[in-house]
Amino acid sequence: MGAGALLRVEHLRVEFPTRRARLVAVDDVSFEIGEGEVLGVVGESGAGKSVTGAAIIGLIDPPGRIAAGRIVFAGERIDDLPAERLRRIRGKRIGTIFQDPLTSLNPLYSIGRQLVETIATHGAMSPRQARARAIELLAEVGIPAPAERFDHYPHQFSGGMRQRVVIALALCGNPQLIIADEPTTALDVSIQAQIIAVLKKLCRDHGTAVMLITHDIGVIAETADRVAVMYAGRIAEIGPLRDVVKQPRHPYTVGLMGSIPSLSGATERLAQIDGTMPRLNEIPQGCAFHPRCARAFARCRAERPELIADGPSQAACWLYAPAAAGRHG
Amino acid sequence: MAEAGARPREAGRLAAALARLWDSDLAWSFRRSRVAMAAAAVMLAIVAGAVFAPWLAPHDPFDLASVSLLDARNPPAWIVGGSWDYPLGSDNLGRDVFSTILYGSRISLWVGFASIVLAMVLGVGLGLVSGYVGGATDAVIMRIAEIQLSFPAILIALLVDGVMRGIVPRGLQDSLAEDVLILSIGLSFWVQYARTVRGSTMVERGKEYVQAARVIGRHPLAIMLRHVLPNVMGPVLVIATINLALAIITEATLSFLGVGVPPTQPSLGTLIRIGNDFLFSGEWWITIFPGLALVLLVLSVNLLGDWLRDALNPRLR
Amino acid sequence: MIAFVLRRLLQSLLVILVVALVAFGLFRYVGDPINNMVGQDTSEVDRAALRQRLGLDDPVLVQFARFAGNAARGEFGLSFRQGRKVSTLIAERLPATLELSFVAALLALVVGVPMGVYTGLNRERLSSKLFLALSLVGISLPTFLIGILLILVFSVLLGWLPAYGRGEVVRLGWWTTGLLTRSGLESLIMPAITLGLFQMTLIVRLVRAEMLEVLRTDYIKFARARGLSNRAVNFGHALKNTLVPVITITGLQLGSIIAFSIITESVFQWPGMGLLFVQAVAFVDIPVMAAYLVLVAVLFVAINLIVDLLYYVVDPRLRLDRTIAGGHGG
Repeated sequence: MGAGALLRVEHLRVEFPTRRARLVAVDDVSFEIGEGEVLGVVGESGAGKSVTGAAIIGLIDPPGRIAAGRIVFAGERIDDLPAERLRRIRGKRIGTIFQDPLTSLNPLYSIGRQLVETIATHGAMSPRQARARAIELLAEVGIPAPAERFDHYPHQFSGGMRQRVVIALALCGNPQLIIADEPTTALDVSIQAQIIAVLKKLCRDHGTAVMLITHDIGVIAETADRVAVMYAGRIAEIGPLRDVVKQPRHPYTVGLMGSIPSLSGATERLAQIDGTMPRLNEIPQGCAFHPRCARAFARCRAERPELIADGPSQAACWLYAPAAAGRHG
Repeated sequence: MAEAGARPREAGRLAAALARLWDSDLAWSFRRSRVAMAAAAVMLAIVAGAVFAPWLAPHDPFDLASVSLLDARNPPAWIVGGSWDYPLGSDNLGRDVFSTILYGSRISLWVGFASIVLAMVLGVGLGLVSGYVGGATDAVIMRIAEIQLSFPAILIALLVDGVMRGIVPRGLQDSLAEDVLILSIGLSFWVQYARTVRGSTMVERGKEYVQAARVIGRHPLAIMLRHVLPNVMGPVLVIATINLALAIITEATLSFLGVGVPPTQPSLGTLIRIGNDFLFSGEWWITIFPGLALVLLVLSVNLLGDWLRDALNPRLR
Repeated sequence: MIAFVLRRLLQSLLVILVVALVAFGLFRYVGDPINNMVGQDTSEVDRAALRQRLGLDDPVLVQFARFAGNAARGEFGLSFRQGRKVSTLIAERLPATLELSFVAALLALVVGVPMGVYTGLNRERLSSKLFLALSLVGISLPTFLIGILLILVFSVLLGWLPAYGRGEVVRLGWWTTGLLTRSGLESLIMPAITLGLFQMTLIVRLVRAEMLEVLRTDYIKFARARGLSNRAVNFGHALKNTLVPVITITGLQLGSIIAFSIITESVFQWPGMGLLFVQAVAFVDIPVMAAYLVLVAVLFVAINLIVDLLYYVVDPRLRLDRTIAGGHGG
């Protein structure tokens, strides 16, 4: 993964100036996504995952702003683009899916109209062509009787169907990358699997890369090629799926993986990480995780670790520092 | 014995609470907003002027002995023909406009505040009952509320005022005018409080501690007062500030229309009404200065209300 | 749909009934109707006879039914103050009030909505903040003061516009209109502005608040994320969603304009129902008060009904089932 990466985020820093202080929601985050690749971004609420996604398409809620870093998409830098050019990238080259399908769709317009509007924005077409394309998309995401349901309103669909419509809307412009922010969280468990399947299939068929943001590791395990684990606005660990799940490096990731009940294997007590993720205005010095880490030592409290390679993964943890002097101080 | 020990403890707690208040987000936001501080200053000035009117006013406009027709219709001091004796001019009866404004503000403020307090007590009380008891009582109260809500306050106030006029014997009408006004205006504003409090009460009622309290034997209503009330005070206060401005305007309007406070004890509204008759003869100051005072008062109350609403809105934090 | 309309109609009837009850209460129990009608020296015997004839000794329900029946026919008896039929008085004054109210409401909407949208979309601009400041002053100015100020400037100082009355009116059957004469129009300007200003500022603040609320929603965010143009997002999506709840509240405002005309009519000596009502309150002229009440209730209820129906037409969520709507619809 190098110059060929579709999306490259370098040292991204997002700040939210509030009344009392300047909160840092994303602190020096760097990662890449290759063409057609699925990167899972996992972490607790408040870890900065959604903000990172919002930063990429330039839709951070004010007063938040990108304070430092670069975002490079298909070789072109996009974080400093003027508004109009960024708008043309949105939808057409980078699609987005949000969490709650009920609130993502305008309740006053039929889904057909919303689809046609989006299709027309991204390419000149006659209304008839646009309508045909919309019905095609609806069929692709698995909406039964798409021609009839074209004129229906969002509230006439069930939650799962609505999310399929949302996926269809995100795919209107044939984007190269989709940022899916908690696409299944608001859905029933039984529907979640269906939606993930739809997403997977479509992205494979169209060769679309996906940045899949979620706090549900199960979803990641099914879908992602690579995984990034975020904690307190920073990346704790990043690597291929199998490595991160089977052989987690960072103690936080270890804790995460250990807290997932497994259907196979012996029933033991679920591991639990003591304490909670620090709030944005209370991030400790040094490694953000050290107060909760059983293996913390002096260096962890003093210095903030960068991502250190260990095999195919990278972990932001001093345990993996090359110099032996860093271990168990 | 408990009393003696309780008092210094209470005082200590009060001091601590005040200190927390000063340090709180609310006070911080206040200190930052120049507009809110300016509005508070203006409002304080007017209130102080009203409260200390007897000492501040250069004349007593209601002392018939000191009022003389010879001084009538003097223009304000900075215009030819005026004097600093009557800084803002004098009206058709020779009363000093500045003094009448000070005394008039008293009545305007008193009626405004009192009616809002009445509305609050009535509304909060009815809201609590409605939310807690539920059932038919709730339905009836809410129906009445809905119906009343579809009519503007001024109409309700006029109606109540009219009815009272029919009931109160002629002789007592003038002296009771203020109380009738307070009743009319208070009755026209209770609904918003009731609805807000009812909502919160219904939420609290479903919570487990209420049922637990029932089991223990403590009267749930007492507990709800201690828990619901604090939750609800924020929105209630915001409603109160907005309504205060409206109440003051309503009183002024009623007085202007001639069905409010009589000219013998005029409020700002009555003063404006009196002055209105002299607009065309060129004595504009008799109506404009009371009008200005009224606007300043209402504007500052509105500004404070706006600030309060923004400061208490969790989403804007 | 039918069920919805029926239910609203029933609710409306209930409101009118309650108001009629209040009006009846006024009529019957405030003061003594007999006293109001006859002189001091009428004998007791005559009074008793009058009571009987007027049916004042009948059971309350019967009296109310009679009152309601009369009211439905527009029959409210004679005005205590003027001795003329209340229904005639009201019919004379109704056109003046309605004309004034409609013009004022139109003014408020035509100026208020665009201003509200503008300040909602352009939060940070200086002009927005200026408009907002002006609107704040607008709601701090009592209606009568606005009227007085306008009179001071345009009548007293400049002499451009007439301060009092309605000017020349043209009779069209039962209706009288001032819209067709120059003096009529001139007389209409200041009262209309006075009456409409308060509502206009309310509308500006309401539309702005709604707009800001809508701009924060997920579907707007999603629309932006899809790359829709600013125009499509702001005017296609945001505006439509903003206007839907604004319709109800504006409708209610239109109703209150009719009531607020009381003040404006007093300031400008506009010969409408409002002025009639104020004079009635001052004089405790019960029949007029009662009639005004019932009439205003009917007007309000009618307006509310129309607004609800409009809402129904505009918001698709209401068409299937009211309970699904939640959020804005509920």
